[in-house]
Amino acid sequence: MIFSIAAHELRSLFLSPLAWVILAVVQFILAWIFLAQLDLYLGVQAQLANLEHPPGITELLISPLFSSAALLLLLVIPLLSMRLISEERRARTLPLLLSAPVSLGEIVLGKYLGLLTFLGLMLLLVLLMPLSLLGAGSLDFGLLGANLLGLALMIAAFAAASLYISALTSQPTIAAIGSFGLLLLLWIIDWSGQNSGGSVLAWLSLQQHYQGMLQGLFDTADVAYYLLFITTFIVLAVRRMDAERLQD
Amino acid sequence: MAQHSLISVEHLSRRYGNTLAVNDVSFSVQRGEVLGFLGPNGAGKSTTMQMLTGNLAPSAGAIRINGIDLLEAPREAKRHLGFLPEQPPLYRDLNVDEYLGFCARLHQIPRARIARAVAESKERCGLGEVGRRLIHQLSKGYQQRVGIAQAIIHGPEVVILDEPTVGLDPIQIREIRQLIRELGGEHSVILSTHILPEVQATCDRVQIIQRGELVLSDTIAGIVQRMQGSSVILGLRRPPDEASLLALEGVQAVQALDDGRLRILHARQHNPAEALATAAAQRDWGLYELSPERLSLEEVFVNLTTRETPAEEGQP
Repeated sequence: MIFSIAAHELRSLFLSPLAWVILAVVQFILAWIFLAQLDLYLGVQAQLANLEHPPGITELLISPLFSSAALLLLLVIPLLSMRLISEERRARTLPLLLSAPVSLGEIVLGKYLGLLTFLGLMLLLVLLMPLSLLGAGSLDFGLLGANLLGLALMIAAFAAASLYISALTSQPTIAAIGSFGLLLLLWIIDWSGQNSGGSVLAWLSLQQHYQGMLQGLFDTADVAYYLLFITTFIVLAVRRMDAERLQD
Repeated sequence: MAQHSLISVEHLSRRYGNTLAVNDVSFSVQRGEVLGFLGPNGAGKSTTMQMLTGNLAPSAGAIRINGIDLLEAPREAKRHLGFLPEQPPLYRDLNVDEYLGFCARLHQIPRARIARAVAESKERCGLGEVGRRLIHQLSKGYQQRVGIAQAIIHGPEVVILDEPTVGLDPIQIREIRQLIRELGGEHSVILSTHILPEVQATCDRVQIIQRGELVLSDTIAGIVQRMQGSSVILGLRRPPDEASLLALEGVQAVQALDDGRLRILHARQHNPAEALATAAAQRDWGLYELSPERLSLEEVFVNLTTRETPAEEGQP
């Protein structure tokens, strides 16, 4: 049942030109960044050879790429997720799902899964760029794996938060702006209070947990943070939909 | 329960803040029955329907669909339910086949039977040739049919239609009514509407809801009974004085109409038409018209929904 809804969601995404345009734009920008990094690397390659422990190609090329990818997707995911629930509400198609023998949890998870599948495809396209280097040399697969996991978790967290925001409104545009605001805030929340009580805010920050993985550090605490983050927002979205049924 | 009722609603209430949108409504619908749900705008029709289909949680009361409690086992109960909301819930970017396929999957029709279910519901709703068309290219009437097809695709015991003929042309309306009658054969149908002839054309039983309360629940035959008024229109070329008319048995009052005809008010049980005709012939009044006046369903409806207290008289 979840999969039927997910498949439907994925199909609706691809029916709109938005998804294709976003795929193209993200791919183009990341390719540009990748090329720029490659250029930079080629420039300093000679000097690197003189170092005792030179940083590898993965460290110099891939990590910056994944770092930029996260930021770019922060801008893009709210646009993809804005329609998830708010569009159903606007077009008044929600009764179809609500009067079918499906629970609210299944509806929300189905939609989330549909979006994740799309984002998975996007991630796969991004991954192709580092893999193209295999033709010229070898990669540090441990580091690449950590980067990939980090970005995947980050994307999943973005999607969950924007799904919740989409459940709050019946205006897709407002959902997009709201999600963007929330994600950006969670990204930079550690900027304030660096000196006093900053540790809680730093722990809350999405970015803090990403940094470790970009350096190849796999910390279960970071993974747990993302999983908690995702669960929280999905539960909130279900609760929100339920509240609508009970509203007075 | 003498008869197995497919829908039973007990003491259903719903409040929005301080306003009571639906107040202590109870009714049941048997298999093979088409129930018309009437009421002026804002009377609580749609609220009731949304509660019946699990789109809205009631403040109090119980709903059983095919014997299954909707609030305790919503998934089980919703299996037996097909719903067409006021605005058909259509994904406009899909074509009709894709859309109905998705609906079939949502209602857990086994994969192997989906194609057949889609074809059958399309055929019943006259959507045979538009399967490959995008829904947003279809006319309003066809969209409405897709909405109905969606509600019956899984062969539910209970079909709930909220104003299914709004925005259709007269021919389409007739077709949809025909379809509703057919559905009534094997399913239970609840139909909300404010088009009164529609009720007469399609329903077995009528319920009128007013300010959240049921003010009338009656069979169509009972309604027709109610529509028999207590007056006759009499046209006489040489009308006698009022007293000689009043002397006839059953006549309670005589009103002169503008065009010279007379309206004779009489007791409900005692129709003086025969006596009038005999008298007119014997005394040479020049009878040219004698017709019982009928209340239209409209008038019954207006009477019921504008009066403070519901009419008790003549309740079967």
